[in-house]
Amino acid sequence: MALQDVSQDVGQPKVALFNDPKIRGWVYQIVLLVVIIYLVVVGVQNMFANLAAQNIASGFGFIGRNAGFAISQSLLEYSQAESSYGKVYVVGLLNTVSIAFIGILLATVLGFLIGIARLSHNFIVRGVATVYVEIFRNIPLLLHIFIWYFGVLRLLPHPRNSGDLGWLGLLNNRGWFAPKPLPQELFFITAIAFVIGIIVTIFISRWSRQRQAKTGQQFPVFWTGVGLILGMPVLVFLVTGTPLEFDYPVAGGFRPSGGMTIIPEFIAMLLALSSYTAAFIAEIVRAGIMAVNKGQTEAAHALGLRHGPTLRLVIIPQAMRVIIPPLTSQYLNLTKNSSLAVAIAYPDLVSVFAGTALNQTGQAVEILGVTMLTYLALSLLTAAFMNWYNAKMALVER
Amino acid sequence: MKRRILSVIAGTAVLSLAAGAASAATLDDVKSKDSVQCGVSQGLPGFSNPDQDGNWTGLDVDFCRAVAAAIFGDPSKVKFTPLSAKERFTALQSGDVDVLSRNTTWTMSRDTALGLNFSVVNYYDGQGFMVRKDLGVNSALELSGASICTNTGTTTELNVADYFRANNMEYELVAFEKADEVVAAYDAGRCDVYTTDQSGLYAQRLKLTDPGAHIVLPEIISKEPLGPVVRQGDDQWLNIIKWTHFAMLNAEELGVTQANVDEMKSSDNPSVKRLLGTEGEFGGAIGLGNDWAYNIIKAVGNYGETFDRNVGPDTPLAISRGVNAQWNQGGLQYGPPIR
Amino acid sequence: MSDTSNNPSAAFVRNEMIEQSAAPARAVGIVAWLRGNLFSNWVDSVITLIILYGLYLMIPPLLNFAFFDAIWSGTDRTACTTEAQGGVRAPDWFGGCWAYVDAYFNQFIYGRYPDDEQWRVNIVFIMFFGGLAPLLIPSVPFKQANIIFMSIVFPVASFILLTGGNLHYTGFLLPGFVMEPSATRFWVDYAIITAVVLAIGYGVSRGTDSDPEPMVKMVLWIMGGLAVVLALFAVPFGLEPVETDRWGGLLVTLVIAITGIAVSLPIGIALALGRRSNMPIVKLFSVIFIEFWRGVPLITVLFMSSVMLPLFLPEGVHFDKLLRALIGVAMFSAAYMAEVVRGGLQAIPKGQYEGAMALGLGFGQMMRMIILPQALTLVIPGIVNTFIGLFKDTTLVLIIGLFDFLGQIQSSFTDPTWASPVQLVSGYMFAAFVYFVFCFGMSRYSAYMERRLDTGHKS
Repeated sequence: MALQDVSQDVGQPKVALFNDPKIRGWVYQIVLLVVIIYLVVVGVQNMFANLAAQNIASGFGFIGRNAGFAISQSLLEYSQAESSYGKVYVVGLLNTVSIAFIGILLATVLGFLIGIARLSHNFIVRGVATVYVEIFRNIPLLLHIFIWYFGVLRLLPHPRNSGDLGWLGLLNNRGWFAPKPLPQELFFITAIAFVIGIIVTIFISRWSRQRQAKTGQQFPVFWTGVGLILGMPVLVFLVTGTPLEFDYPVAGGFRPSGGMTIIPEFIAMLLALSSYTAAFIAEIVRAGIMAVNKGQTEAAHALGLRHGPTLRLVIIPQAMRVIIPPLTSQYLNLTKNSSLAVAIAYPDLVSVFAGTALNQTGQAVEILGVTMLTYLALSLLTAAFMNWYNAKMALVER
Repeated sequence: MKRRILSVIAGTAVLSLAAGAASAATLDDVKSKDSVQCGVSQGLPGFSNPDQDGNWTGLDVDFCRAVAAAIFGDPSKVKFTPLSAKERFTALQSGDVDVLSRNTTWTMSRDTALGLNFSVVNYYDGQGFMVRKDLGVNSALELSGASICTNTGTTTELNVADYFRANNMEYELVAFEKADEVVAAYDAGRCDVYTTDQSGLYAQRLKLTDPGAHIVLPEIISKEPLGPVVRQGDDQWLNIIKWTHFAMLNAEELGVTQANVDEMKSSDNPSVKRLLGTEGEFGGAIGLGNDWAYNIIKAVGNYGETFDRNVGPDTPLAISRGVNAQWNQGGLQYGPPIR
Repeated sequence: MSDTSNNPSAAFVRNEMIEQSAAPARAVGIVAWLRGNLFSNWVDSVITLIILYGLYLMIPPLLNFAFFDAIWSGTDRTACTTEAQGGVRAPDWFGGCWAYVDAYFNQFIYGRYPDDEQWRVNIVFIMFFGGLAPLLIPSVPFKQANIIFMSIVFPVASFILLTGGNLHYTGFLLPGFVMEPSATRFWVDYAIITAVVLAIGYGVSRGTDSDPEPMVKMVLWIMGGLAVVLALFAVPFGLEPVETDRWGGLLVTLVIAITGIAVSLPIGIALALGRRSNMPIVKLFSVIFIEFWRGVPLITVLFMSSVMLPLFLPEGVHFDKLLRALIGVAMFSAAYMAEVVRGGLQAIPKGQYEGAMALGLGFGQMMRMIILPQALTLVIPGIVNTFIGLFKDTTLVLIIGLFDFLGQIQSSFTDPTWASPVQLVSGYMFAAFVYFVFCFGMSRYSAYMERRLDTGHKS
C-alpha cells in the first residue's frame, strides 16, 4: 500500500514550488545577492555623495604626486624632495616584507628550539621553556612591542657614548650602525662562485640520493655542500684579492655617520614579533612531535639509530606533516602583526602609507583599500606557497 | 515573491532617504539635541586636556563652552569628542562634531579642498623645536644630522622637511601616530629634537620626566594659525563661531570681564551696550538671543582671561601673549566692531 | 625436590631474610633526581648550569624590583625617585612604583567614568562574572536559565547601566512632513515595520502551504521582545548619561572583547554554515567574507572603521567611535569564529546529518537540534582561544585613540605628578601581570574543557 502511494507521488509531484529545495535555494541566493548588491550600491553612492560634499579628491592621481616627507628606513633610494606617494608605498611594502621575512626566520628557529626543549627530559630546560611559552603567549603583542621598544631605547647608550662593537660597528639608541659592505670591481666573481656552489650542491644531493637508493652507499653531501657554497666563494674571494671593503661608521655629531643604520624600531619590532610568535610555534612543534607514534622512536632505536639521527631522520619529517598547516597560519599572523609597527613608528606599510600618506592626502578609501588588498595578497601568496609545500610533504599513500 | 523583495528594497531605500534628509542647519540641529558637540584633542595641556575627573580644560575647550553659552546661555551644554589628528576632519565632515576646536592649522588646502571653513584664529602659533639642554644647541641651524620626533597627520612633518631642505641639512624623522608616544619616545632618548607647534612644545614639556632639562629653541619655522573649523555651506553657523571669538576679543578691548560684566551692563559706552545687548538687535542677526555675548563673558570671560587662565604666564605653560595680544598692544588679535 | 627452607640442617642456608638494604645513593632521592633530570650527561650538565646562571642573573633583580625594593605607598613622584632626581630614595635605588599604580588604579579600571557613577560599572562586572562562572562550570545546574540571563538580561541591563539608557527615538521611516520626529513617530514606524514583516511571514507560510501560526507567533515574539528591549532603553531610570568617550581602562577592554565575541558567534555560525552550503552564491559570499577578514591585519580594519566607515553612511547618520571600533572588531572576529565553528561542523560524523534527514527534519531543525549542539560543544576550547586572542587584540584600539586598559596605562605615563624613571617599567609590568592573569586563566579553562570533551573516541 504505502509503497504504491510513494511511487505514485514520485510520478506526479504535488509539492508547492517553494517547497522544492532547489528552487528555494535559488530564491535564497537571489535574495542574498540582491541584498549585497543593494548594500554595496547604497554604500558606494553614499561614499561618492560624501566625498563630493566634503570636496575630497578621489582616484589614484595622488600616486604620482611628490610625498614630501621623510622616512627613517628605506631599502630603496628615497628622497623626500623627489619621491612620490607611489614610492612611499613601495618603501613601506619592502619594510613590511623585510621585517616579516627576518621575523619568520628568527621565530621559526627559536620556536623549534623551545618546542623541542618543552619535551626535554632535563627538568630545568623543560621548566624554563614552559614558563617562556606561557608568559609570552599570554601577554598582548602590542605590550611586548612597547616593552621591547622602550627597553631597547633605555638600555642602549646615548650616541655620545656609543657602545663600540669593534668590527660590527657602533650601537646606541639611534640604532645599530653596522659597517656597510662596498663591493669592489671583481666582487661579482665571488657572487657567481656562490651561485654556482648552490647549483652544484643541489645536483650533488640529487645524485647522492639516487645512488643511496640504488646502492645504499652514502655520500657526505653536507660537508661537500659547505665546501662548495662557503669554501669555494671564500677561495675565489681571496684569489681575486678581497674585492670587498667596508664603510665603517664614525662616531660624532648627533649620530654616527657612514655605515648602514638599523633603526631601534626595527630591532624592537623584530625582537617582539619573533619572541611572541616563537611561543606559538613552540606549542605547534611540541604537539607535532607528540603526535608521532612512540613506536617510531622505539623502532628507530631498535634499528640502532642514535638520539640525534632519530629526531632528524624519523621524528621531525613525520611531525612536519602535523606542524606545517598551523605553522602557515603563524607565519601569516606574524606578517599581519608586523602592522603593529605603526605604534612605535617603524616605517612599515601601515605606518607610512596607511598612516602618513593617508593623513597628508585624506584619501582614505583608496589608500586603505590598497593597503588591505596588499596584505590580502601577501596572505594568499604565503598560503599558496605553504599549501604547495604541504602537498609535497604529505604522506604519499599507495 | 518578486513583489515582496521589491517592497523590502523600497522600505530600506526609504530608510536611508529618511536618514539622509535628517541633516539640517547646524544651529537647529544643536538646539534639538540641546548641546554642542565639540571636537577637541586627545590631551594637550592648556588647549584641551581632561583632568583626573574627566573635566575638560583649556583654551580650545573654553571656546566651545563660549559657543554653548552663546546659544543656550549655559556653558555646560557642550559635549567633547577627543579626536586624533587623523580623524579630526572626517569627524567634522561626517557630522560627528559640530565644531572642531582642536589646535588645527589654517591652510589653504584644508580651507578649500576639504570642504571645511576656518572661522577665526584663536591662537597664532608657529612650529618650533625642543631639545635637551645638555646637547648644547642654541639654534635650529645646528641641528643637521639630528633625529627628530613628531607626530604624523599634521603639517609639522612637511614643514620640517621644507626647513631642513631649504637649509641643506640632514635629519632622521621618526613619526608617531599619537602625541603621547612622541613624548614617551623623546623622553626615552630616541630623538634629539621634538618638533610641533611651539605652544604644543610648552604643553608637552610638562609631561617629560624632567621638564627643566629641555629648552625650546627660538626659531619658528612656520606660520601656524590655529582656530575653530566648521563645515562648508552653513553660513549662519560659521557666523556664530566667528562672532563668539570676536565678542570675546571686543570684551577684552572694552575692559569687560567675567567679574564686572553685570555692572558693565549699565555702562554708557555705546560699544559696550551693543556688545552686551542692551542696545541694538545683534544677537538676532545670527539666530541667537540678544544677550549672547553677555552669556559668553559671564560663562568663560573675555579672550584675555581665557588665555591667562589656560596658557598664560601664571600657568605651568607660562606662554606670554606675544603675537596673540590685542592689536592695540602690538599683537594680531583684532576683533571687528559690533555695530 | 627438597624444600631448603624446611631443612634446618643445611648450614649454608640462611633462615632469616636479609634486611632490605638502601638503594645506592646514586639511584634514589635528590641525587638520582638531579642525575636523571639535570645532569644525565655532560651536554645536559652544561646546559643546566648555563640556564641556572641565567636564572640567577634574572630572578633576583626581578624579585627585588617587584617586591623587596618596591614602593607601596606614596602621594607623588618624590616617593619613587632618587635624591638626584628630586625624590627621597637612595642614589642606586631601582624598584617598582606600585604607589603610582595604586593612585591610578581607579582610572585603569574605569577610565574617566565619573566617580559617583562607578557603582554601575561594578554591578555590570558582578553580573558578568556572577553569570559566567556557573555557566563555565559544567556541573552547575540551571544552564538554560543561565544562558537566557547572559544572552538577554545581561546585555540589556549592562547597556542601560553603562550608558544611562534614556534614549530618545525620533523615528526612522515616515518622512518629516507626515509626522514630526518624536518617540510616537518611532513607535508608529516600528508598528509599520512589524506589520510588514508579519505580512511577509504570513505570505511565505501561505505560499508554502504550511500553517501560518508558528511563523506569525515567532515574528510577534521577536518583534515584541525587541520592542520591550527598545522601550526599556528609552525609560528614564534617572541614571546620569555617561558618554562613551569617558569610558576607559579594563571596562573598555572587556566591553570590546565581550561584545566582539557575542556578536561574532552568531555571524560566525551563519558564515560557517554558508561555507559548507551547496548553494554556490552563498558559499562564494561566505568564503570571500571569511578569507578577506582573515587576510588583513586588525589594525587596518580598525583604521577602516574609524576613517572609512563614516564615508559609507548616509549624511546625517553617525556612529559613536566605540561603536565603530566594535563593528570592526566584530567583523574581524566573526571570520575567525566561522573557521572555528567550521572545524566543529566537520568533526560531526556524516551519519548524524543523514540520520537527522532520515527522521524528516528540515535544515533549520537539523542544525538547531542535532548538529549545532554537538558541534558547538566540541569547539568550546576553540571559542575560548578565539576569545583570548580577541582579548589581547583589544589593545590595538589604543592606536585609533580609544583608551582600553593598556591605552589608559600609557596615557598615565604623561602625568608629571608621577613622572619617574621607574614609572614606565612599573606600568607595563602591571599591565603584563593583569593580561597574563586573564589570559592564562582562560587558557587553563580551555585546556580543561579540551580534556573533558576528549571522549577518547577520536580515531
